[in-house]
Amino acid sequence: MFAGLTRNDKLLFIGFTIAALAMPLLAWPVGANYPDLLQKFAIYGIFAIGFNILFGLTGYLSFGHAAFLGVGSYAAVWMFKGVTMNVIPAVIFGVMVSGMFAALIGFISLRRSGIYFSILTLAFAQMSYNLAYSVLTPITNGETGLQLSQDDARIIDRLFVEQGAGLPSTNLFGLEMSGYPGFYFCCVLLIIAFFISLRIQRSPFGMMLRAIKTNQVRMNYTGFNTRPYALTAFIISGMYAGLAGSLLAVTDPLAGAERMQWTASGEVVLMTILGGAGTLIGPILGAGLIKYFENIFSSYNDGLLSESFSFLPDFLNDTLVFIIGPFVGEGWSLLLGIVFMAIVIFLPGGLMEGLTRIHGWYRRRGGGDTRAADAASSRQAAE
Amino acid sequence: MAILEVNDVNKAFGGLKALNAVNLSVEEGTVHAIIGPNGAGKSTLLNCFVGRLIPDTGSVMFNGKSLLGIKPHEINQTGVARVFQTPEIFTDLSILENVMIPAFAKLDGAFRINAWKTVGSRGEVRDMAEKVLVEVGLHEKRDVISSSLSRGDKRRLEMAMCLVQEPKLLLLDEPTAGMSRADTNNTVDLLQRVGTHITKIVIEHDMHVVFSLADHISVLAQGTVIAGGKPADIKGNPKVQEAYLGGSHA
Amino acid sequence: MDVILLQLLNGLDKGGAYALIALGLTIIFGTLGVVNFAHGALFMLGAFCAVSVQAVLTISKKVKDESITFFDAYKEVPYLEAWWGDTGAMIIDYAVPISILVAIPLMLLIGLGMERGLIRYFYKRPHAEQILVTFGLAIVVQELIKAQFGANPIPTPAPEVIAGSASIGLWFGLGEAVVYPWWRLIYLAFAGVVIASAFAFLNLTTYGMVVRAGMADRETVGLLGINIQRRFTIVFGMAAVIAGMAGVMYTPILPPDYHMGMDFLVLSFVVVVVGGMGSLSGAVLAGFMLGILQSFASMNEVKSIFPGIDQIIIYLIAVVILLVRPRGLMGRKGVMET
Repeated sequence: MFAGLTRNDKLLFIGFTIAALAMPLLAWPVGANYPDLLQKFAIYGIFAIGFNILFGLTGYLSFGHAAFLGVGSYAAVWMFKGVTMNVIPAVIFGVMVSGMFAALIGFISLRRSGIYFSILTLAFAQMSYNLAYSVLTPITNGETGLQLSQDDARIIDRLFVEQGAGLPSTNLFGLEMSGYPGFYFCCVLLIIAFFISLRIQRSPFGMMLRAIKTNQVRMNYTGFNTRPYALTAFIISGMYAGLAGSLLAVTDPLAGAERMQWTASGEVVLMTILGGAGTLIGPILGAGLIKYFENIFSSYNDGLLSESFSFLPDFLNDTLVFIIGPFVGEGWSLLLGIVFMAIVIFLPGGLMEGLTRIHGWYRRRGGGDTRAADAASSRQAAE
Repeated sequence: MAILEVNDVNKAFGGLKALNAVNLSVEEGTVHAIIGPNGAGKSTLLNCFVGRLIPDTGSVMFNGKSLLGIKPHEINQTGVARVFQTPEIFTDLSILENVMIPAFAKLDGAFRINAWKTVGSRGEVRDMAEKVLVEVGLHEKRDVISSSLSRGDKRRLEMAMCLVQEPKLLLLDEPTAGMSRADTNNTVDLLQRVGTHITKIVIEHDMHVVFSLADHISVLAQGTVIAGGKPADIKGNPKVQEAYLGGSHA
Repeated sequence: MDVILLQLLNGLDKGGAYALIALGLTIIFGTLGVVNFAHGALFMLGAFCAVSVQAVLTISKKVKDESITFFDAYKEVPYLEAWWGDTGAMIIDYAVPISILVAIPLMLLIGLGMERGLIRYFYKRPHAEQILVTFGLAIVVQELIKAQFGANPIPTPAPEVIAGSASIGLWFGLGEAVVYPWWRLIYLAFAGVVIASAFAFLNLTTYGMVVRAGMADRETVGLLGINIQRRFTIVFGMAAVIAGMAGVMYTPILPPDYHMGMDFLVLSFVVVVVGGMGSLSGAVLAGFMLGILQSFASMNEVKSIFPGIDQIIIYLIAVVILLVRPRGLMGRKGVMET
């Protein structure tokens, strides 16, 4: 499984695995150690890793990736309704359906590149979103969203167990997928997703994708048929989104069209850019930060704010609440927008580039002779 | 034996006739230079060989197979590599990676999903790349990101990227354009030294370069081949002198 | 027949909004080479100019309500009405037209500020980064508006005099049933005038011709010693004004809310692509065309044959156009074709 990976990569993967499994502990000091939020970290981490395989490596900026997230959710919920509440078939089905959907959309969209590609993906996502609300209501249940109900078929489940009075819950061979078990299920998939992404980035295939981003013309004159490469990346990335979508359904068996809206597609772009497009860790970092701060900031309001600054004299308290107030609660998106602009303007490589810069600066102060080695190693770390 | 046969190729852009009944035959193993004043159609002709342009009429046969209407990557896979006027390299990647990529194209073909094995596990690809880098003198810098290279080095890198594929035919579009005299001499030297068995077509303005490299010269003016022959014959040809010094010089 | 005429008119006013936004987008893309995802935000800002002007004009004081005699009741009376009586009331009634006068200088300032403060640093950056930074800006503007004006649509009615409908059916001899709101007719005329003036400016004045030359070949124009940079700044300001005015005028048709900019932006981008990136006439043509098609697609007769077609028609056309004719209806060959 680890064949061919360098020592650094193995360490990176082991470190990542430990950090992911210990996330409840790590998140404890910042007060994020409750399962609902941890599940979101893992799920959106997967979404961002997948988006990064397309955008970070090939440079194709998709503005419609949420469509695959939504399709994954719908597919998973249908599996719950029709076959079994066990999560394994639902996840597999979600990934497969999104993969096929991505193959279709990618096949058409990838006939163009650059801004045209972005607009094509956006157009497809908006189409799916609009259709989910209107004509496809039998499949999507329109505005209400697709939910479980008492009289679902659930053919396999009915063979084995008597239906209870309430709605059944999602489970992994009997283990209920809420709370920490749910988180650990998502977490294991996150680790697998990360590992696959690591292998892809270190493989010849990943190298070709990066080469496509840098110079597509050269790739063609070098004897590569670039379109199937980009399409494969698109499908893989769509399957990641589908996995994330079906996990959303696993932790909360409900699927709505708003998951496919283009603002949702924008969100995964933000996560990836914030963390650092093209890097291994960056997108996960970005997803975690955005979901964490969304959770913190959107729950605040002026009352809570003034409470937390209550140790200050009144006038200072009021000033602080006045300044910070617009950015919390409903205003969280405002803060996100500002941070995002700042990142694109000053740090297009995202937080990972920031870390690399700080690291390099720190090392340079340490001594000049190790500079060359540093540049190489920090570059590797950034990848 | 002729490796490339160009027969009666015509290409017009709107009303402008860029190529007018061009005939050309390139012998295997030779260096064939195409010279001519600006706007003579040299680059247009080259673009017809690699699938960037499709001639209106005529045929381009490479090793007995037509090159017309097939895609650039398919043409490359049949053994034609091209060096551009402004170096087309992968500026975000290291020099070694730049050369490994074409080597992968040579070994694995136009498309292959190699997503599980690492690049490092393909030792033979790295060996191929390193060998060529030694030849062109970039081995020391193999881990440098290629965007930081000088123009001359970028050109050499691009040449290495073509040479690593061991093409049957190498097209060079003004390989010394914009270079200093020293860099030009290095390039000439390099071309004489490496890939000697490879058939080359060189488009060039610098007569010094042309006469030190070419076995055969074709002179293109206003879209037509007006003269062809050994360098010595071309030197004294009055038609050629007229084309260069006469009214058509842009 | 009358149904078709009505749908045509309905399509035209939506098309007018698309065309005006798309025109600005195209001018900006053509001159500055910038893909501006914040252009919808400018449209929305224009709409909220009207909202603000209306709010300012109706600042009220409490006065005792004399009509209620058995207890002390108070009612809000706008200062304008209290001071000038009927004249004041009329000024309030004309809030939307008045806001145009406010919007023009304001949007110009916003446009100039945006170009100088942000956009110019992105001329040389990749399109993806331009998209991202303007997308970020659009979110910021949208959220600021939401924080200030709330999330609900705010009605900003047209003046009383023209609140009714024109019986255009009679004009065309189609029967009285065919009526069409006056304001929409005014809006159409307005869109026509703005588009015509933009074209006249770019085609007939020397200033505009230099700008167009800059669109075609920026470097050469720069070499001629013309300060093309400053012209581009002004052009960006103009595009902002056009979007803003379109926003003001659209408010009586659609009560503005904070996400209207994004809604229109997505569609306008599709319009630009269909028309051809960088082609002004293409943008206008495609704007009206898609508006009309959308309007026809939402007819019940059509929907019964192709369910849901009204939701996706524009995107569907964009997909087809991009695949069949990537440079768009009237795009120049070679501009952003791949």
